[in-house]
Amino acid sequence: MTQITIASPQAQTRSERYQHPSRLTLTLRYLRRNKSLVIGLAIALALALFSIVGSLTIDTEKLAYPLAVKPKQPPSPEYPLGTDFFGRDLLAVMVRGVWQTAVIGLIAGAIGTGVGVVLGFLSAYYGGAVDTLIRGITEVLLPIPAFLILVVIAGSIDRKSVTIYTMALIVSLLAWMGPTRIMRAQVLSLKERLFVNVAKLSGMGNLEIVFKEILPNMLPFILASFVSGVFAGIFSSFGLSVLGLGPLREPLIGNTIWFAQQQAAFFNGWWWWPLWPTLALILIFVSLTLINIGLDELANPRVRRTE
Amino acid sequence: MKIGYLIRRLLFLFAVVWVAATLVFFIPRLSTRNPIRERFAEIARSTGFAPKDLEQIIAAYEVKFGLNKPLLEQYVEYMGGVLRGDLGPSLTRFPVTVLDLILTALPWTIGLLVVTTLISFALGNLLGALASWPRSPAFVKGLMAPLMMLQAIPAYLLGLLLIFFIAFRLRLLPMGGAYSQGVLPSFTLEFILDAARHQILPAISLILSSVGFWALGMRGMGITIQGEDYVTFAEHKGLNPFTIFTQYYMRNALLPQITGLALAFGNIIVSGVLVEQLYGLPGLGGVLGDAILKNDYFVIYGITLFVILAIAILMFLMDLIYPLLDPRIRYES
Repeated sequence: MTQITIASPQAQTRSERYQHPSRLTLTLRYLRRNKSLVIGLAIALALALFSIVGSLTIDTEKLAYPLAVKPKQPPSPEYPLGTDFFGRDLLAVMVRGVWQTAVIGLIAGAIGTGVGVVLGFLSAYYGGAVDTLIRGITEVLLPIPAFLILVVIAGSIDRKSVTIYTMALIVSLLAWMGPTRIMRAQVLSLKERLFVNVAKLSGMGNLEIVFKEILPNMLPFILASFVSGVFAGIFSSFGLSVLGLGPLREPLIGNTIWFAQQQAAFFNGWWWWPLWPTLALILIFVSLTLINIGLDELANPRVRRTE
Repeated sequence: MKIGYLIRRLLFLFAVVWVAATLVFFIPRLSTRNPIRERFAEIARSTGFAPKDLEQIIAAYEVKFGLNKPLLEQYVEYMGGVLRGDLGPSLTRFPVTVLDLILTALPWTIGLLVVTTLISFALGNLLGALASWPRSPAFVKGLMAPLMMLQAIPAYLLGLLLIFFIAFRLRLLPMGGAYSQGVLPSFTLEFILDAARHQILPAISLILSSVGFWALGMRGMGITIQGEDYVTFAEHKGLNPFTIFTQYYMRNALLPQITGLALAFGNIIVSGVLVEQLYGLPGLGGVLGDAILKNDYFVIYGITLFVILAIAILMFLMDLIYPLLDPRIRYES
């Protein structure tokens, strides 16, 4: 009896001294270690804020399109980023362009990853002829630089009817092979694990196992594949639009660079015209890469060892 | 066993080229556009020349290019042409064929891409190996973070920044073009120096954006090798660090990097094409950009197919070279 009464206050003081940190503190502590994730997310957030606040305060529907303002003006208090040859306010162009570029990237990333997850699951879970077919198609398509096929596709479509959504669809057409391969490998390794066997023995159905047991374990990979997909989608749409295959009416960032190049902007001394879109794209690409490095560290803690 | 493996590889690459060629053939046919009609519409717009018998002219051209035959027959003919290296005529410069255009442009592209890839591969691997080498100074290790960021940026964008800072602001190098205006291409020292000066910025942008890829791969490899017993053994044997670094370290870590090179051909060519278009160089990228601007479809399809063919051939050559580099590989199935 006495021993117990002595023991309990001790236990109490210990638990008072050591409070388990809340989820928030733990997350913040983790983020302090994972600098690339924080910096990457911060840049992405800043770009998102720029385009949200911008589209709320500026009339981008009008100013981002030709003949809206005085052309060829260098940056000034009136036009902070200057104006282009066609009379577009470059600040409005950037606000809208960043948004449209992000939309294309997000759609392409979502479609590519989504198709990849479905095909990867079908291939790995059912095996047999389905697996052979899906794997065969993926393996043959992977060495072909998707970008070149995209050039042919975008070149065959009537350019006047191209919108940012058709652009996003074109870019996603060949964006699923990489994710399919990754997901297939993941499912193959997961479906042999003990917890899946236990689930099977306890009478769970196929779909239930897929959604309740396997999918949650794949989330980090799906997330990483999504971020790479966004990167690839933005890269492809940027490549197509600097070749002049973009939706020419829209102030997409790549289009702005293409127009500036067509009008020999540097040669004519209009340096601000191609400079802002270049910087914006660099920020986008760097931020996505940092997020990806950060996610990789989150999903695969063994990477930390090499630091 | 070796022959069996090579035949399988060859069949695989043949399948890749066949699928690519099929896609390039059928995708344009799915659209409702008629390149020849559009071409004439464009001529009519820009010059006011609109012949009365336009329909007949278009029909005559379709017969000439074989576009009036059944689709399947066209497909077989196209594939036969691809096998013979015949990629069809150019729409805008009609008697000139796509292959002629490609062959004139090719030396420029090969020159730029071979030189930049070699420099970037050598520099990147050296930096990466040094970064993972415990004895190397701290500044080499500090280089990795900036290299990682550079690797994220497409060469095209680095090229634009270089034009802004070095060509536009400092006026040190030309902004674009393959040689100065008014100079005729010739085999004189003067011309070659002038052309080389125009290649510096494109080359630097390609090198900067790719060097990080090799450096990071090599660093990862180096870190793995550090723990290997044979490296520890070599150290205990008292070999000098330079021998260990070159013979035990670099040599083993380089092998996967060479596999990486085979996989990177596609990316190298795509970024090369974009950079050429940026600087207005007469290589494949310049021709492609021009063809897109003028709606010269046959050239667009031809270049695409040619590049895919080139990648397949390069990958096969890599397969042939690999066993010479790595004596452990015997192509056993």
